Amino acid sequence: MKKFLSVFMMAVSVMVFTRTISAADRTPATGEPFPDITLPMPEKSIQKEYLGLKGNGSFRPSQIKAEVLIIEIFSMYCPYCQKEAPNVNELYRIISSREDIKDKIKIIGIGAGNTPLEVDVFRKQYAVEFPLFSDESFSVHAATGGVRTPYFFVIRTRAGEPGVIVYSNVGTLHDPQQFLDLIMKTSSLKQER
Amino acid sequence: MRNKQVLIVSRLVMLFVLLCSATIAYGASEQFKGKIYDPGILKPVDSRTKLKAGMPAPLFTLPSITGDRVSLAQYRGKKNVVISFVPAAWTPVCSDQWPGYNILKDFFDKNDAVLLGITVDNIPTLHAWTKEMGDLWFPVLSDFWPHGAASKKYGVLRSNGVSERALFIVDKKGIIRYIDVHDINKRPSLEMLVQELEKLNK
Repeated sequence: MKKFLSVFMMAVSVMVFTRTISAADRTPATGEPFPDITLPMPEKSIQKEYLGLKGNGSFRPSQIKAEVLIIEIFSMYCPYCQKEAPNVNELYRIISSREDIKDKIKIIGIGAGNTPLEVDVFRKQYAVEFPLFSDESFSVHAATGGVRTPYFFVIRTRAGEPGVIVYSNVGTLHDPQQFLDLIMKTSSLKQER
Repeated sequence: MRNKQVLIVSRLVMLFVLLCSATIAYGASEQFKGKIYDPGILKPVDSRTKLKAGMPAPLFTLPSITGDRVSLAQYRGKKNVVISFVPAAWTPVCSDQWPGYNILKDFFDKNDAVLLGITVDNIPTLHAWTKEMGDLWFPVLSDFWPHGAASKKYGVLRSNGVSERALFIVDKKGIIRYIDVHDINKRPSLEMLVQELEKLNK
């Protein structure tokens, strides 16, 4: 009986832990819902306004006022992310300059394992205008399967529903304009010009 | 008997926690792709330094990847020096630490400081590895031969011949002002480095 009990307990603990690992062990793919993560509310009102958020504390990406949300998982310490920064800035600039999509497509960056100061160094170094968040505890990084950086998720959001991933890829987004065309197509966002 | 079983189960659980954290403890850059060798979780610190803040920093002269030799003494009276020992090229945490410092040149300049990066790897290895990081503004020094001599002087040579992940801040008078022999598996936070460097100029 005791033997049975100990084997049973072991099995349960293995199951519990493989479950928690599996949440972190796989990167969610295209067509799947984006993991339910929380982020600290940005301090600057201009960033809150950009994301259509109110209040303090924390928020979920599904609360962001957008039809398409681009999430970059980056790190201040990652040379590839450093090289990619001007490219992502250019994508942000193109979107912001287009009246037809600037309120529909939003970009945020999440600094995997980066402290607030480390995120700030990255922001200043590359003059990043879209909101960047610190994921000091690696919790978002873990929830997305411990991706290599930079990693880009594009999420098609619908009011009150968890967003669906329409793009999930590591590395450069290549040409920003072509990337924008691609994600507008895959998220069936209408071109209005 | 029952207690023993509980003990075994709890140990297994701990092992699992350890294994999980091993896979997610760092965020690897796509830059290095499959080239990074993952040594797994290592003993956090495997040496004991006799150095303390307030002591004179041991002098060293080492070859750099650009071909010249760099001495600690050459900064005496001129610059504060941050010495960053990292364990080994092509390993997870190390491959991230210096690229981060590489975008902090303004901050080092502002605090009248230079950075010296040191590992026990040889020059060709350091050359190939740091090429992946882009152009580094600070000297990268090889403590390869006599093997780990500088690391040993600083008391940060581990028993397997690599150095600890350690930061030493040396002021313009050549006095050690701060020591952080860090958990080898983790990256020291920038907050601490900033705070300690800013203290020097007060």
